[in-house]
Amino acid sequence: MIHVLGTMFRHWRRAPLQLVLLIAGLALATALWSAVQAINAEARASYGRAVERLGTGGMAALTSPEGAIALQTYVRLRRVGWQLSPVLEGTWAQGGRSVTLLGVDVLSYPGAPAMVTAAEADGSLGPLGVLTTPGVMFAHPETQAALAGLDQEAFRILPLPDLPPNLVLSDISVVEGLLNRPGQLSRILILPDQPEGLPALSVLAPRLQRSSTDDGPLGDPGRLTRSFHLNLTAFGFLSFGVGLFIVQGSITLGIEQRRGTIRTLRCLGVAMSGLMAALLLELIVLALVAGGLGLVVGYSLAGLLLPDVSATLRGLYGAPVDGTLSLRLSWVVSGLGMALAGTLLAGLQALLSLRRMGRHLSQASYATARLNRTHIWIWCLSGAGLISLGAVVLQVGSGLLAGFVFLGGLMLGSAVLLLPVLTLLLQGMRRMARSPAFQWLTADSQLQLPGLSLSLMALLLAVATNVGVGTMVSSFRMTFVDWIDQRLVADVFVEVETDAQAQAVMRWAKANDARSLPQSYSDTRLNSAPLRIYGVVDDPLSRRDWPLVRGAPDAWDQLHSAGAVFVNEQLAHRDGLQPGDRMTLGPDWSAPIAAVYSDYGNPDGQIIMSLPALRAHVPAPIVRRIGLVPTEATHPGDLGQGLARDLGISATAIRDKDMIKSLSIAVFDRTFVVTGALNILTLAVAGFAMLTSFLSQWSRRLPQLAPVWAMGVSRARLAGLELLRSLGFAVLTFACALPLGLGLAWALLNVINLEAFGWRLPMYLFPAEWVRLFLLTCLAAGLAAVVPVLRLLRLSPARLLEVFSNDRL
Amino acid sequence: MTASRSLGALILAVLMLPGLWSGAQGQGYANLGSDAAGFAVPDPGRQLQFPADHGAHPDFRVEWWYLTANLRTEAGADLGVQWTLFRSALAPNDAEGWKNPQIWMGHAAVTTATSHSYAERLGRGGIGQAGVLTDPFLAWIDDWSLTSSDDTLDDLAVTARGPGFSYDLALQQQGPLIFHGDDGYSVKSEDGQASYYYSQPSYRVTGTVTLPRGPLAVTGEAWLDREWSSQPLAPDQSGWDWFSLRFDSGEKAMGFVLRGDRGDFTSGSWIAADGTLSPLAPGEFIATPRVWSEVAGRDIPTGWQVEIPARGVSVNVAALNPEAWMGTSFSYWEGPVTVIGSHQGTGYLEMTGYGDERSSNPSDRK
Repeated sequence: MIHVLGTMFRHWRRAPLQLVLLIAGLALATALWSAVQAINAEARASYGRAVERLGTGGMAALTSPEGAIALQTYVRLRRVGWQLSPVLEGTWAQGGRSVTLLGVDVLSYPGAPAMVTAAEADGSLGPLGVLTTPGVMFAHPETQAALAGLDQEAFRILPLPDLPPNLVLSDISVVEGLLNRPGQLSRILILPDQPEGLPALSVLAPRLQRSSTDDGPLGDPGRLTRSFHLNLTAFGFLSFGVGLFIVQGSITLGIEQRRGTIRTLRCLGVAMSGLMAALLLELIVLALVAGGLGLVVGYSLAGLLLPDVSATLRGLYGAPVDGTLSLRLSWVVSGLGMALAGTLLAGLQALLSLRRMGRHLSQASYATARLNRTHIWIWCLSGAGLISLGAVVLQVGSGLLAGFVFLGGLMLGSAVLLLPVLTLLLQGMRRMARSPAFQWLTADSQLQLPGLSLSLMALLLAVATNVGVGTMVSSFRMTFVDWIDQRLVADVFVEVETDAQAQAVMRWAKANDARSLPQSYSDTRLNSAPLRIYGVVDDPLSRRDWPLVRGAPDAWDQLHSAGAVFVNEQLAHRDGLQPGDRMTLGPDWSAPIAAVYSDYGNPDGQIIMSLPALRAHVPAPIVRRIGLVPTEATHPGDLGQGLARDLGISATAIRDKDMIKSLSIAVFDRTFVVTGALNILTLAVAGFAMLTSFLSQWSRRLPQLAPVWAMGVSRARLAGLELLRSLGFAVLTFACALPLGLGLAWALLNVINLEAFGWRLPMYLFPAEWVRLFLLTCLAAGLAAVVPVLRLLRLSPARLLEVFSNDRL
Repeated sequence: MTASRSLGALILAVLMLPGLWSGAQGQGYANLGSDAAGFAVPDPGRQLQFPADHGAHPDFRVEWWYLTANLRTEAGADLGVQWTLFRSALAPNDAEGWKNPQIWMGHAAVTTATSHSYAERLGRGGIGQAGVLTDPFLAWIDDWSLTSSDDTLDDLAVTARGPGFSYDLALQQQGPLIFHGDDGYSVKSEDGQASYYYSQPSYRVTGTVTLPRGPLAVTGEAWLDREWSSQPLAPDQSGWDWFSLRFDSGEKAMGFVLRGDRGDFTSGSWIAADGTLSPLAPGEFIATPRVWSEVAGRDIPTGWQVEIPARGVSVNVAALNPEAWMGTSFSYWEGPVTVIGSHQGTGYLEMTGYGDERSSNPSDRK
């Protein structure tokens, strides 16, 4: 056995490049997969830590439709026996930026131990530091650094990495002073252990609403970010699959080239089972070596990508993710397991061909399987079957998972269909070909097709993914930029802390000839999900610009004079609402729906109605932001300066339209940095797969090239034809990948987005991108053909002649 | 450090900062224990004023309203009930709202021969979640309360509930308030640390205790302790053993042993059947541990020999249930006891500072 294995392994010493390719391919596949897994695991662990130590995600909470709950209500419920914890939350503009202040009662808050530990870790403070004046605050180290300019005596901020950025946590006594909201609470958490026999909260405090989960900033971030991680996993899996094509090519090549050795070993009496076992063992060793290498690369890759992913998750969802990576045993084991399983899967064909080879010792080597009609039909049916399966799952099932199954079916089915499609195309081309050389080229290509098929499928998938994801991202971006332009109706936005301040701003605006568009809202719950109701004033700018997806032409009139509401797209999708329907907003409160509007980036339901209609049900809606529209003659910047000067509003609370717009777009772009990086990597892997396939074909090509050469076609001409063949395959594959990519984009925009976020996006086409991708594909194919072409150019006539001498034997 | 441990540390620090148990916290707080840091200190010449002194003294660091009751069910089973409200101040003031530096902690327990159930409540001062009012008297935290219909402590109602228990009891005094030490000025160490300390040792109790098997009508007797101070323990003192004993003769005794590196400090009061009080001088009250039990991973003395030679008392004091461990943020042993020997009776025993690394080594005392 050892001798057999030694003999088998000796092959790699003769073919180091092949070994490098094999290991590199497998390592790359493992690296991409495990990098994605590492990022996901890190993010989940971060959420886990935060939720466990600070979070209140699984905890029910009481909120008020008016926004604030009186402290007396909390005390009253406490004195009935309910075990509760109060929370006061608000925006605090300080040190050149505004942050969310979260005030909690350190004695009852479930996350208080983390605060105590952090205070103790400081050294100069005992655990009492959280309670004694002037008090301490806690923030993510980045936020802490950003607030470093504050008076250190008055505001002591300690680092607490579990917190999401832009959040400052402190005892409620500190926060109510800073927010100037004495005696007010934002919500009341219901602690898990309650005494028996308490009167129901709905009886004790009928005006408060009970939610099953805490939606505050320390609620469970995993819920919001699930679709993001699922996306990433799907991408990682795709990369892994594409990577396996390389491995498959290399292993098949390895067997092919050892044909002679295997024949000799068989003749020497080595049993077939022994040979199989040796090959299996070889695969395992290779898988472990390459898998290990892949883990190292994957770990570094994850380290490189993680800051961007963290920034995305924090920016988009406010989810706390550390920028650092830690090594987990489960990750190492699953990475190696993937490599092993993948290698064995990829080596399956090689093992089968070895068995065949063992049975027919004398058969000529180049009798590669030719596709007959039956084969083509089988491929066609399998492909169509996979696509239909996906479509059926999408129809029958629902949710994100069904969307991904549909995508999987579409992609795999199309990959399977590639072979019959290319065969038909080549057949057609052969019929049309006039010159004998071209006829030979197409016939020869058709012969090579089965051997190349897997790498071409990899290329197809990579190109289609690039087109699909690229189209999705660019379409989303265009829509988003347009949308944010429309949505930011006013020129200047002012953040206000109190109702009095809101009134002052509106009075000031009136005195300065500016129109004010207060964003009055009330938070409530609909079907146990959070719902924000905005009350809007009738303004021509809103009527003109507000981005409606569908609705009656006189929707705005209905809203302002007939008490109708507009619902955001995600709510409409979730609850199956349409313009013309009537929705219930509370006991004896319902309204007709006049339109649906787009509301990207918001995970929750939202509706708008006229301000008087909102006031009729919520006497004092909350106003925390006011849009201002200056007269034609006034510059928006002057308006902001005037506000800051006359009302003493901090500069950070005043933002102009362009600033908000560029900030939002920056967050958007950051979100897709990782997608872009993975896109390029997938294409690189596909190019690599082609290279290994061409090399694997090379050893079988000589017997077919020699006769052509013997008939007078020069080696240079043959090399040219070889290059042409490679490019031809690339072009044909690209031609198939483009529609598939567009199909993928459609599915991403209309199925995945809809399921994940609740909004549909229009699809835009970007032909310039396609040209770039086409050139990239050709470059990859050209590069993949370079090695075989160079070999052909350098090939000595003697070796070509050898083919015939072998034949005579 | 686990989450619950570090919250425990916070609460411990809040409540025990300068308190009677500060010795158990170690030298870290010794500087606070030895210095009142702006807090009022007990004045031996001051006469207690009522009803004002039934209420809170926010200018003192620690204070408590401590009720223990020895009860019997209709079926004749003995059980004990505890209701305690602790106050601890981070600063000597009583501001309105969340800025209030007063921290309140409630402990409640029901102990039978076979079960011990307890609960804890924490609350901030200044918002109305917990506190003490004097006219009429009301001490409360959340839904637990000790109330009177007037400004005296003569007739009280007490209620509390926790996992597996609740109780609702009516208390009627059978004798006068008694003032420990020198008219309520109770010395706690040879260095002169002291507290204000008075009691109502003779309540008759009727009411209902509800356990998982159902409500039980109970009758019995209760003892209320009121104590406040700012620096009652000497730095070397690590814990205490406190006894309240009610003899069938109608006489009562309160005695405590403060365990210190320099030797134990004992003190107490003898209450005659007519309610007249005689202080017990240091050394007059002798308590010797006899039976040790392993409770919550610690060695705790649950059987004692108590002697007051001047009064002819030599009794064995045994825990009704040795497992009466209060596993609250700050943990200690507290439970009903039975008295056998020269005198028969019942009482309550409280022991702190055992099983802590800095406590005096229990095995030395065996």
